[in-house]
Parts: sequence; C-alpha cells; structure tokens
Amino acid sequence: MIKRREITLTINGTDHTIAVEPRRTLVDVIRDDCGQTGTHIGCEHGVCGACTVLIDNEPVRACLMFAVQAEGRSIRTVEGLQQGEQLHPLQEAFMRHHALQCGFCTPGFLMLAVGVLEKRPNLNDEELVDILSSNLCRCTGYENIIKAVRAAAADMKARA
Amino acid sequence: MTAKPKSWIGASVERLEDLPLVIGRGRFAGDVSFTHQLHMRMVRSPYAHGRLKTINATEARALPGVVAIWTAEDIADLSPIDFREGPNERLAPFRQPVLAAEYVRYVGEPVAAVFASDPYIAEDAAELVTIDVDELDAVIDASLPTSEFGAGLTTEPTICRQGYGDIVAAFKNATTIVELDLSVGRHSGVPLETRGAIGRYDAARDVLELHGAAKVPHKNRESLARMLGRSTAGVHIYEGHVGGGFGVRGEIYPEDILVLVAALRLGRPVKWLEDRREHMIAANHSRQQRHRIRAAVDTEGRLIGIDDSFFHDQGAYIRTHGTRVADTACGILPGPYRLPHFRVNGHFRLTNKTPAATYRAPGRYETNFVRERLMDAIALKLGISRVEVRRRNLISPDEMPYERPLVALGDEVVLDSGDYEGILNKALERFQWDKLESDIRKRRKAGEYVGLGLAMYVEKSGLGPTDGARINVHANGEVEVLTGGASVGQGFETVIAQVCAETLGTDYRRVRVVHGRTDRIEYGIGAHATRATVMTANATAVAAGKVRAKALDMAAQLLQADPSSLTIANGSVVRTDGAGASISLGDIAHHLRPVSPTRGDRDPGLSAEGWFTTAHMTYPYGVQVALVEIDPGTGAVHVEKMLIAFDVGRAINPALVRGQLVGGFAQGLGGALFEEFQFDERGQPMSVTFADYLIPTAHEMPKVDILITEDAPSTCNPLGIKGAGEGGVAAVGAVIASAVDDALGGKNLITQIPIKPQFVKAIIDGLKA
Repeated sequence: MIKRREITLTINGTDHTIAVEPRRTLVDVIRDDCGQTGTHIGCEHGVCGACTVLIDNEPVRACLMFAVQAEGRSIRTVEGLQQGEQLHPLQEAFMRHHALQCGFCTPGFLMLAVGVLEKRPNLNDEELVDILSSNLCRCTGYENIIKAVRAAAADMKARA
Repeated sequence: MTAKPKSWIGASVERLEDLPLVIGRGRFAGDVSFTHQLHMRMVRSPYAHGRLKTINATEARALPGVVAIWTAEDIADLSPIDFREGPNERLAPFRQPVLAAEYVRYVGEPVAAVFASDPYIAEDAAELVTIDVDELDAVIDASLPTSEFGAGLTTEPTICRQGYGDIVAAFKNATTIVELDLSVGRHSGVPLETRGAIGRYDAARDVLELHGAAKVPHKNRESLARMLGRSTAGVHIYEGHVGGGFGVRGEIYPEDILVLVAALRLGRPVKWLEDRREHMIAANHSRQQRHRIRAAVDTEGRLIGIDDSFFHDQGAYIRTHGTRVADTACGILPGPYRLPHFRVNGHFRLTNKTPAATYRAPGRYETNFVRERLMDAIALKLGISRVEVRRRNLISPDEMPYERPLVALGDEVVLDSGDYEGILNKALERFQWDKLESDIRKRRKAGEYVGLGLAMYVEKSGLGPTDGARINVHANGEVEVLTGGASVGQGFETVIAQVCAETLGTDYRRVRVVHGRTDRIEYGIGAHATRATVMTANATAVAAGKVRAKALDMAAQLLQADPSSLTIANGSVVRTDGAGASISLGDIAHHLRPVSPTRGDRDPGLSAEGWFTTAHMTYPYGVQVALVEIDPGTGAVHVEKMLIAFDVGRAINPALVRGQLVGGFAQGLGGALFEEFQFDERGQPMSVTFADYLIPTAHEMPKVDILITEDAPSTCNPLGIKGAGEGGVAAVGAVIASAVDDALGGKNLITQIPIKPQFVKAIIDGLKA
C-alpha cells in the first residue's frame, strides 16, 4: 500500500482536505476525491486538453500534474465559472454559437479560453486560432468554438 | 433566441442540451459511480498473433485490494460476442470471444480482467499478470493470399458480391477502359471521451443495469439479454451524456459484457473506463480497403460498366456489425451516376489488427474516394473536364425514384429524389470554379502547387423500418416526448423538441425529450446510420398530431366551441379568430386526469403514441469542392477554400445541420491527410497516442462554406427529411485527393489516402527531377 498524504486543495475558492497517494493525478483527485466531475479526461498524456484547469490563473493540463503538486495553489475549474445564476460570457457564447456538440471537450476549451482572455483580452484572430489549437475537439470542426471565443472576448471587455 | 420564429421547424434555435454541458454538470460514463463499486482493468495481449499457452496471475492476485482476476476459463459459459442483427451461422466462428482462449489475434485483445477496489490498484495488478504465447506470423496486408484463421477456417470468411447487367459484354463493348488500384487507410472515429461501462445488479428489482451506454440501447439490450440468458425485462440500459459516437461507441464490446457478468457474480457494481492507448488499439477501427477497379466507358465518357474487386481489412474478428461495412460499400459505390452494368466482389479479410466496424459514413467515405478517383481518371484519359465527365453521367431528376438492383444495409437501393446536376451547378457557381481555374493557371506559372478538387456523392439516411414516440403533457404544461432514440451529441433533443413544438403549438423549450432509456420505452432505433431525425422526428410528429387532436377535442367541450374553430398557439388552445377565452395545454391535461369529471368517455391523459414506418432509406446528396495549395518544401497540403453543398430535403435546424457538416468535414480531413493507424510487420500498433495519431486541430481547419439546399424533400417521410449526420465527412477523402492530384499536375498520382506530406514531397521531388 502506498502511503497517503493529507493535502488541502483549493478548488473554486473551496478547500477540500483529502488524503491521497502522491501518485494520483490532479485530474483524478479533482474528479474522484473532490467530486468535481466537470473536468474531463481525454488522453492522460497532455495532448487533448479536455482536462484543462486554471492553476493560479494559468491554463494547465490536470492530467500531467500530481494532486500533491497543486497544494496551496488556486485551482479553477468549469464549475467555478458561473456566478450564481449568471453564466460566464464564454458559457453563454458557447451556447449561442453552437460551439459544442457532445460537450466532452467543452470544459477544457472554456478554461483554456478564460485563462487566456483574462490576461490577453485583445488577441487577434491568428493568435486565437493558435491558442485554441492546443485543445482537441472531435465534433465541431472548431469553427463555432472560434466564433464563440471571439464573441465572448468582446463581451468580457464590455463587462470589464 | 427569445422571439418565437414563424415555424419551429426550420429555425436555428439554441440547443436544449447545452446548459449542463457548459457548467460542468454533464453525466458522461466516467461521471457515473455507485457506492462500493469495483474497478475493472483489462490485461491485453501484447502479441498480434499467437497460441495462448499460460496466463500467470498469482502475483497480481496477491496485491491488496484485488478482488478477482478472470481469464477465459472463468467465463467459459459465455458465448463470443453476438451480431447485432442476430445469429449468423456462417460468420459465427469468427466472432470475438469475451476473453481470448486459445489464440490471441491482435495487440490489445483482452486476455484477462482484473477487479479491484481502486482503479490504480487494478492497473498495478494488471501489469503483474504475465502471458506466455507461442507467437505466430501476423497477417498485416489484407490483399495478400489468405491463410489460416483457425482449424479449417481461412482468413476470408466471405466475399460480398453484388452486381447486375452483363459486365463481360460491357467491357467488350467499351471504347475505353480505365483501371485503378486505390487504397484507403485505417482510421476511425476516435471520440474525445474514451469508452466506459458501469455494470450494476439490483437484486431488489432483479434488474441488471448497464450505464455509459450509447447509440443503440434497445438493440444492445436484446443482444445482452440473449448472451446472458436473461429476460429483456431484467436488463436495462442507461445512456448518459455521450462524448462523441461516430459509429464506434455503443457497440457491444468485451468490456460491456464483463462489467455486467462481474456485477452479477461479484455482487458489487463494476466500473470500467478505457484509457486512450486502449481506445486506440481496442475500440473499432474502420475504413481500410484496397480497390482494384475498372471502368468501361464510351467515347463520350459515359459509363458502360464498373467492375470492382476490393479487399476489406476487417482486423482480427468480426464484431457486432457482421459484414455491414463491406456490404454497404458494394451497394452504394455507383453514387449519383447512371451505370448500366456493375459487378463488385468484396473480399472480406481477417488480419491481425484491431477489429474494424463502422465509422461515420462507413462504406461511403471509402467508395466515394474510389469512384470519384475513377471519374477523374476517365476525364484525364478522354481529355474532357472533370466537371463535364460527371455531368454526362448524372442521374436526372425525371428518372427519380431511381431503382438500382443493389442492396445497402439490407435495404433495396431506391434513390427517392434528387437534382444532382442542379446542386452541381449551384456549388460550382458559388465556389467560382471557372474563375478559380484561370486563377490557378496563373499561380502555377508563378511556381505554386495549387489545385482544384471536385467530388459528387449520394448519402443514405433514415433506415427504418419503424420507430415510435410517446408524448405526454403534464399539468404544468410541460410536454414530455418519450423516444427510443439516442443522443451522441448531435442535438437530438432539440430537433425532436422542435418537431413536437411545431405540431403541438407550444414553445420548444417547454418540451423535454427522453432518450436512451430502455426502462421507459419498449422499442427504439437509437442513433446510427443517420436515422434519428428521420425516423424519430416523424414518429414524434405523428404522436404530437394525435395529442393535438385530443387537446382540441377536450378544449372544444370546455370552451363550448367547434373544434374546427380552434387552434393551439403558445401552449394554449385559442380560437382561430383570436376572440374569446383560451385554455392552456396544462389545464387541458388536468381535465383529462383519470379522476376528472370533465373527461367524459375519453381515455385519461393528454397523451398519445405515434409510430412511423418507412419502406426504404432516403438519399441525401451533395457536392464537395476544394482548393488546395501544397508547400513544395515540406509536402504539406493546405486547404485554402472549401465548399460543401448538401441537400437535406428539409432542415429542422439549419445551424445544427451546418454543425454536422463542418464537424464531419474535420473528421474527413483527418482521414484524407493525417489520420492513420499504422502497424509494423509484427502487428505492433504504432499509432497509440494523440502524438502519433493526428486528428485535426483548429490550425488545420480551413473556413468551410456550407450550402444547405432543400431542393429534393424526401418522398419517404411526411416531413421530407433527409439526414445530415454523415454528409460532411463522406466525400472529403475524394475531394482532397482530387485537389491534391490536380495540384500535382492532374496525372492520377494520388491513389491512396491519407495523403501524407512525405509522399507528396516525394512526388514533387520526382516531378522536378
């Protein structure tokens, strides 16, 4: 039996004190130990981006980190985007522009886009495509994801 | 979208299914858990072919947390995995066993199953299981002579044959014969969510439950009940959210059977989630075929006959689909063209690779590539344009319905309606084909490698025969549509709600659509072969029509009006002249409760069941046009401009149709340029991660112009619908090959897909030399 370590993870501002094996990946712990299943697992080797979360506001592949490495840092997941009843502009834009079909990659794309747009609200189209090409979607052909992120960027600026 | 459109049918309204998915509250297979559950991990063969000697699990069994490890001996009472369409004696010996017994036949084949209290422990234990195998030669190329599959069985279980006319005479009378050897690579759906299955036995109800199901819940329930010797009433299938289907997910695989049997025998729920590497070697592959095709043509380029012999690389076993992909290839190959004589022999071959089955547009992606390459080759040989050679062979609208003595998906091919030349003209004009032809002549003079590609195709959709729906209006006015359909992310709920809302006269957001639940409805066709919208929507319209009539009848009594003077608008029955009182559907439902005195002798409930039956499939059709540019330094192909023109008869939600076509195109582009499951000579898979199996990213996607036409509504169903699910992907291999070939000088050098950069670069270097 591998010895478990007690850690506290801060996810969307809420502390989760849990005992985990050091080898457990962050994404497994977010999902299984903290019950936040909105973050998905698509490949477990950091390519597809379905597990993208924000750590200290930087987009990170949660499958490539161990949970113990995230202790003391701020973790943001898709569950934290909505403020009460108010959806995040990106969530609204994804719905309005039909930017999801099966929805499996969606949380990863949302967190990637949130992380980037919060820091760089004035991305041009080329930079935007470049960034969005770091995650995979198998349903939409990306057209509407790009459209939605572009629309949300404008919306976020207007609301800021 | 807040305002009510003129008609719910035809409106690009927002999807009903999106909210839980954007807030992280979806319920995919991985999100389903039961208390006290066990976790299953498969031990898979590392050998492509061999005689299984021993499996040693002693060390693994000793690991704390391991509850059981099963090999074939432990489940000797289970039959191999059955065909979806029922028993088939001839193909039965080639079915996949749940766990390998005597032989292993592909890398990734399940040989043992580990059950443990934790998924990490299960994985640790699986790594401790050792397998001893006498390795045999691996069969990698399906077009080589056959060998032995097992005692008395060859690697060619069957030859799929179709045809008509006199093919020998056709070639005798031909002035020109064109012959090609064409190959389509092995690729597949590769959804972002890997497979998952959770088995649970509820002894209190004596019900065995499978969660994480998809695609064809009702058919799978029948198969599973048959295999497990249970009544269908004691097996239920639950579809949650599905992270992409594409034909691959939702078939019955060994793991689905194992979680169910283990849940029964071990007395605890059993959860299995596939990892990505497993998905790449264990879930169905698809597409791989090699065609040797000949065309007999007259001096004008008109087809007299096509004679095709192809090798279908089925992989190691015949899975749930039987020979369906190869059969469909045979039946659909002629496409939109008049073809007096035809013969096709599909050699259905087993190899030592992952078993193959359907992937979005099965049999069509392959044959559209093959047939359209042939049309380009005919044009080249006769010195006529690629557009003209197609024009001369197209079936005209006045020949519809066009019967072809072929069978696809067990259905006689009758092209129901279509204006093929009409859509060709629209597509070429919109793409500015003529202008681009002169543009690229100039660009080529400047040293650029640019080319135009064209592909025409006929899709199939709406395979019946029958589907039903039940509609119930609740007392708060909410409408529940109970279907046996399934959702793989395509927007099924929205589309069905739109059809119901339109017929019933309520807002589509007041409609709740139930699907993927065998415990709620007895029958269902699920979601496959582009049939959900055609079949389930038409059944929904029938049921909604009945509910409407009942609502008007009840309201007429309550409002003391003639039913013919009433209509339903915004969820209430009103007078057509707008005068007088109204009554909501919810209130009418209240009046129809069993205890309601106003109900009279009507049956209780504002509810009805509707059925829709069709004799034949319906055939959407389209044209794809591409402009590509090649980087001569790297051989990389860049799609500069792309158009898909597709006739869907009638679009329920154009935005969703567009989404299907663009998304399908991305998958098609993967198969045309990037995606390929490769194996070495010993059958070791070389494409097991997203780093070596390349699916297109936002970078590779061009802007795709979509032209949705409604010129030829289906004559097979009252709504006139033809499905759109596979129209985007079906001809992409064909059109990209045509364009790349043109960019390389139009010499018929592109004879296989995917068209990898190193191959293109070698051609360019050769041309320069």
